[in-house]
Amino acid sequence: MAAPNASHDVLSQADLLQRRLGADLRDRLVDSIYTDAGILNRRYVTVRLDRRRDLDRALDRVITSRIFGLPLMFLGLAAVFWVTVTGANVPSSMIATALFWVEEQGAALFNSIGIPWWITGFIWHGTYKGMAWVTAVMLPPMAIFFPLFTFFEDLGYLPRVAFNMDRFFKWAGAHGKQALSMSMGFGCNAAGVIATRIIDSPRERLIAILTNNFVPCNGRFPTLIMLATIFVGTAVSPAMASFAAAGTVVMVVIIGIVTTLLVSAFLSRTVLKGEASSFTLELPPYRRPNIGRILYTSIIDRTLFVLKRAIYMAAPAGALIWLLSAIHVGDQSLTVIISTALEPLGNAIGLDGVIILAYIIAIPANEIVVPAILMAYSGATRMVDITGLAELQGILVGDQGWTLLTAVCLMLFSLLHNPCSTTILTTWKETGSRKWTAVGALMPLAIAFVVCFLVANLWRLIAGV
Amino acid sequence: MRVAKSGIDFEIALAGNPNTGKSTVFNALTGMRQHTGNWPGKTVTRAEGDYLHDGKRYRLIDLPGTYSLLSASVDEEIARDFILFGQPDCTVVVVDATSVERNLNLVLQVLEITDRVVICLNLMDEAKRRGITIDHAGLAEELGVPIVPTTARYGKGLNDLTTAVSHMVSGKTETTPRRLQITGELSDALDELVPMIEEQYHDLPNSRWVALRLLDGDYAVRQALLDGSIGELAGGNR
Repeated sequence: MAAPNASHDVLSQADLLQRRLGADLRDRLVDSIYTDAGILNRRYVTVRLDRRRDLDRALDRVITSRIFGLPLMFLGLAAVFWVTVTGANVPSSMIATALFWVEEQGAALFNSIGIPWWITGFIWHGTYKGMAWVTAVMLPPMAIFFPLFTFFEDLGYLPRVAFNMDRFFKWAGAHGKQALSMSMGFGCNAAGVIATRIIDSPRERLIAILTNNFVPCNGRFPTLIMLATIFVGTAVSPAMASFAAAGTVVMVVIIGIVTTLLVSAFLSRTVLKGEASSFTLELPPYRRPNIGRILYTSIIDRTLFVLKRAIYMAAPAGALIWLLSAIHVGDQSLTVIISTALEPLGNAIGLDGVIILAYIIAIPANEIVVPAILMAYSGATRMVDITGLAELQGILVGDQGWTLLTAVCLMLFSLLHNPCSTTILTTWKETGSRKWTAVGALMPLAIAFVVCFLVANLWRLIAGV
Repeated sequence: MRVAKSGIDFEIALAGNPNTGKSTVFNALTGMRQHTGNWPGKTVTRAEGDYLHDGKRYRLIDLPGTYSLLSASVDEEIARDFILFGQPDCTVVVVDATSVERNLNLVLQVLEITDRVVICLNLMDEAKRRGITIDHAGLAEELGVPIVPTTARYGKGLNDLTTAVSHMVSGKTETTPRRLQITGELSDALDELVPMIEEQYHDLPNSRWVALRLLDGDYAVRQALLDGSIGELAGGNR
């Protein structure tokens, strides 16, 4: 064992040398490693006719170019949404019709054998209906959107997205790799938060964690797509409907990315001050997508996984909403009482009391918000059951007084509000800090309120309503 | 720092860049005999599994996939510290045969830390499809450690890999690891610092790496030097 004094000598000498060498020690070391690797590579690796690499390079010159990179990205995104919007409508209506027919039959069966109305209601019009709505609203868009999304992922497109976005994150004082964790967030925000582990600096990592929520995850895409389809889509001529809907979802995504950048910039200039660090991003080769793997990943890992989680969440939520509608205090149901109380708050941000109530019930899982809203409406007003998505727009606009503003504010709120409980839990695990977890949950909520409030009031001011 | 190994004959670290098929190699070798946990005090998943070769039990520890071992990111810190302080009996570095140059960056860094390295040159099928030929014998000679070409996806070359590993842990394989060509001021600084370290710890096999880490301000290495635990790396326990 060496004497401790000798160790101190080594350390102080190391400190001395470190100061003499300056800050770029690691750069010099990296330089010599790269040089060496380059020499060895030239000596022992030969590439005959690598047409694929040439093709890759040619592709990358366009896909990651300063001029075409971003427009191509948004165009691709728009195409994906357009296919989803156009393809999901009919199957959604069919599933809704079929599942609600089952509800009627089940309820009729229960009634015919003399089961009390409140058991029938709780099971069929509450629990089952919640699950049926979630399946009808979410399954078709997911079954189309996820395979398309996974296709681009498998192709090797996501690192190109990071490459295109790098300079914007640099501007925001954040790490370029945040573009990667952000891309992961489109899949799942909890996964996006975990993906921030690739970021070295704790400061930049925290920024990436806190802002991951601002890109819509797979759970929220169906909500956005549906709202865009039935509100924005129907506000224009039928021929343009699907394009307008797809364009709207792209707009929402762009707003999400801009918010990510603005909030990152704000954080890195205030509470999380510092310089952006540089990094090397090697673009991996494009891989020919494997259709079998795409279908497996997107259907089993994503569609069914998300749907299962949504159904688990929707069952108790459906039951809860039914109870709130069935229990009367005085001559009003709890749904009416609560949503009336929440009405001023909802109204201030362009929504209404029922939507706020649905959001509170849907805190565990963002994806069930729309079904929860629909059920709460039918509970609040005892309106005739909706049998298909086709009538949905007419009923919401006609009976509930929804306007384009309501849909816009709802989309913005869905985009910006607090992350789901899984993401909050993941943030806590990754940061190990209650404070930052609270910031991660409450900051988006505050931003959502402020943005919706401003949009609603400006809209009303301009429209003169 | 050394992991207790009950009933385990040898401990093998599995390193490599992300997307090199490292997990495929890990799964192919250990099959169902694996379990996952976390690295002590970290939120990074630690997977380990066992395999048998010639009646000996090998424990394979899957290190986080990294491009380098120099930065302060949690993943690189874990990989770096395990190879240095965990003193595995052998470190297998999985290399993507379709991008040897990028992967060599990691290999060269691992070779600074340990001389017990076997390189698993994976994704050979894909390299072949793209017209890439690698003189792996020549490269192995230059790097001073064995290279085993594999296509882990189809189980090709894995027997050769476990054999190469067994020769490494039993001392049958002589290695002469290539060291980085460092020049200029950094080289001068190392010339000053390395003898000081070697004076204290005569048998330290990686004094130059320790010196480099000290110059880079590596906390774990400083600590190990202060509490004397770096002496345990000096061949005493083999």
